[in-house]
Amino acid sequence: MNTPASPKQRLIIIGNGMVGHHLVEQLVEQGALERYQVTVFGEERHLAYDRVHLSEYFSGRDAESLALSTADYYAEHGIELRLNEAVFAIDRDVSEVVTDQDRYPYDRVVLATGSFPFVPPIPGNDREGCLVYRTLEDLDAIRAAAEHANTGVVVGGGLLGLEAANALRGLDLDTAVVEFAPRLMPMQVDSEGGELLREKIETLGVQVLTERATQRIEDGDTARHRMVFQDDKILETDLIVFSAGIRPRDELARDCGLEIGERGGVVIDDQCLTSDPQILAIGEVALWQQSIFGLVAPGYQMAKAALATLTDGETRFQGADMSTKLKLLGVDVGSIGDAHGNQNPGARNFRYLDQIKQEYRKLVVSSDGKKLLGAMLVGDNGYFDTLMQYYDNGLELPEDPASLILPSSEGAPALGPDALPETATICSCHNVTKGDICASLDAGAVDLATVKGDTKASSGCGGCAALLKSVVDHELTARGVEVDQSICEHFHYTRQELFDIVRIEGIKTFSELVEKHGHGLGCDICKPAVASILASCFNEPITDAAHIPLQDTNDTFMANMQKNGTYSVVPRIAGGEITPDKLVVLGQVAQKYDLYTKITGGQRIDLFGARLEDLPDIWGELIEAGFETGHAYGKSLRTVKSCVGSTWCRYGVQDSVGMAIRLENRYKGLRAPHKIKFGVSGCTRECAEAQSKDIGVIATEHGWNLYVCGNGGMRPRHAELFATDLSDEELFSTIDRFLMFYVRTADRLQRTSVWRENLEGGLDYLKEVILDDSLGLGDELERQMQTVIDNYQCEWANAISDPDKLKRFRSFVNDERPDPDIIMTSERGQLRPA
Amino acid sequence: MNTATALKDEAHTDVTWQPLCTKADLVAFSGVAAWLETAEGPAQVAIFYLPGLEQELYALEHRDPFSGANVIARGIVGDIKGDAVVASPIYKQHFRLKDGSCVEDDSVTLRTWPIRLDGEKIVIEA
Repeated sequence: MNTPASPKQRLIIIGNGMVGHHLVEQLVEQGALERYQVTVFGEERHLAYDRVHLSEYFSGRDAESLALSTADYYAEHGIELRLNEAVFAIDRDVSEVVTDQDRYPYDRVVLATGSFPFVPPIPGNDREGCLVYRTLEDLDAIRAAAEHANTGVVVGGGLLGLEAANALRGLDLDTAVVEFAPRLMPMQVDSEGGELLREKIETLGVQVLTERATQRIEDGDTARHRMVFQDDKILETDLIVFSAGIRPRDELARDCGLEIGERGGVVIDDQCLTSDPQILAIGEVALWQQSIFGLVAPGYQMAKAALATLTDGETRFQGADMSTKLKLLGVDVGSIGDAHGNQNPGARNFRYLDQIKQEYRKLVVSSDGKKLLGAMLVGDNGYFDTLMQYYDNGLELPEDPASLILPSSEGAPALGPDALPETATICSCHNVTKGDICASLDAGAVDLATVKGDTKASSGCGGCAALLKSVVDHELTARGVEVDQSICEHFHYTRQELFDIVRIEGIKTFSELVEKHGHGLGCDICKPAVASILASCFNEPITDAAHIPLQDTNDTFMANMQKNGTYSVVPRIAGGEITPDKLVVLGQVAQKYDLYTKITGGQRIDLFGARLEDLPDIWGELIEAGFETGHAYGKSLRTVKSCVGSTWCRYGVQDSVGMAIRLENRYKGLRAPHKIKFGVSGCTRECAEAQSKDIGVIATEHGWNLYVCGNGGMRPRHAELFATDLSDEELFSTIDRFLMFYVRTADRLQRTSVWRENLEGGLDYLKEVILDDSLGLGDELERQMQTVIDNYQCEWANAISDPDKLKRFRSFVNDERPDPDIIMTSERGQLRPA
Repeated sequence: MNTATALKDEAHTDVTWQPLCTKADLVAFSGVAAWLETAEGPAQVAIFYLPGLEQELYALEHRDPFSGANVIARGIVGDIKGDAVVASPIYKQHFRLKDGSCVEDDSVTLRTWPIRLDGEKIVIEA
């Protein structure tokens, strides 16, 4: 390891956690390895792994998939990685690092030793089965202990404590959280937020005990341990996990005489230099301006500052934003800036509390109400991103700041692309700002795809796709570039124009359309779009030879592809009504083909894990029992959700189930630009949540009220009242017209909610076209819908009667075997992908 | 069958062309998967058939490197700026049929095999 007479400086990094590894990546990416010969020491036997997602270790992820890198990566870049070798001392007199194996000379050292979990000094805290939650070894120990345990307690109700509680729940233990403070997550939320958090977590079956100080731990009667609290109350449990905060691993620095903070931590400056300029410290071991930063993002920022220090760069550590957006035990918690409002004298609050939906939101604003200083969210982080934009970029708040935390209503101000400053983060996965996008456009990009390629924006979780597109479109227009609305490079037409061409010229195949009006082979954008248009116009089976190469894999195999290449199967259960006989058949089929079963949000049953070659047999049995395809795979009508209605319910005023079934049977098989969902409620109590659907129908004393263009999902939108007190027949004809107008005029993959928002003239225009027939299209739209209805056939029934179509359902055309790489494991009594 | 790769057959005498399936197994302008036994072990091959084009047959690795699932044959076939491609059905990355290279990520390439039509048989060099 002591390579002779290297001209490079010797850099030793002590610690191979997330932050230590990030520094290594920075060294590699910024070309610093030309200056430094790097050696990394890791005390654990594992290479750096993702501690943020540690709890997933219990839900199926293994050490390998949590790893942030590979030994090959280190080897490839000539970095010596010495795992399982703890450093004992830094001998500053001779500039050597000492381990139990050797002494290693250095020119620079970076301490990235992180922290350790604090275990309160309680008598009995070292009993067997008293554990901590920090490393993979800790998790192995917890898992082993849980095998002989029924109950578990987490001491500490902060972020990590709740993570640990989730892990214990995942191990099927009856779980309790014991917190010293009067509420959970005292750092992130106030008392009202904490109370709501407690309610939500208790609903999950986790017991929450606050204001409890454990005095001692001793032998229990009904379980292994008994915890005795300050008031002599007791709690018995088999397993205890301490998660009462972290302490910096500063012993190396202490022993070699570096400056240490009063309450621990290696003191660093903006360059991450310790009191010995040969030695730097980063991450949770480092104390900057009296603060330890217990999150990974500030650690990464310190790594970047340390790199600058090592390479004479400019970057300095200037503190870090501790805003966090979390999902703990399934509960959203968000905290932005000065969430408690105690760092800014004169700050004013806005608060919104909904104890029914269990949501709490708070804004902390400047005394003049113009700037956002902080925010707190419990229950719904959907508000986080917009608030973060206001906070991060110092944007002036709207006149009524409360609108930012009130449940979305008509007037809620959305941030348009021109309101965002250059520094606004558009893609948080790859940290792409609006400025980066503008730079890509200035460098010559003229379309969305090029911007994506240049910046990586929207290639992570994809949640920013719509925002990215609106920013790109807006900036292109601002630059005088005419935004090309062509569907793709093969057709110089919009989807709406292609629809009209197909309809007017009566074109029935993709090949005819591309020959007459496009060029090339087509692609995965235009082919499914044209397939959908052809189906909307003529409703021929999508598996016919001329159409099959156009379909997305879900339509090709009439099932939904899952991440391991198997499929899920969803038979239609119109209106959510199903006979016991049919329920039994679903169970039998799932048992026979080893399928994972789950109830969907649309009142159906989803059967997962079906192998390609089993699909025809599965459907043979389902069709035999009277089922038909549910089109869960298609951009088409999905479900009509209903409440039980006047048939059973004391409050119902109409037969909502009967109407739901009629509607579902009327529009099943209708292919559209995107999926379509309906809801029918039997009274104004609205138990079917119809106002969150594309089409919502709510019973009145006199008939039905129709709501349109609602949405759940990523961007919830309430449906708008469109017509009132319709008779059954009026309801059908209005929906016929509405849906067909949407099918004809929307962009590809545009839900009714987005279509409606982009529709010039808005709801009034839509009412004129559909209800007043201002374009004289009414009859034509109804006729067109009747054609689709008349030509409906179950695609699966059609396919299984055709041996040629069934040939496609083989894993291999030349071999009977199933795909041997599909491996399942069992969880909670069912199979899931391994 | 007049594919560029097929001509290599004459140049090299040590290659083995083995029959894989028949023309009737193929789906025009789409893909099917086949099981291939080779000296190095078995492989899953995605076969794409573009009748009437200069090169009609392509054989690529069936495994999608981004998801690890064996699904490439189930992707949509098309072209990007004239290069024939298949789009992975899982996360939609595009792979060029001629050399397996990924359009979105230079560092990723699917393995390819020479493949041709021999009468009604599809034969592959492996």
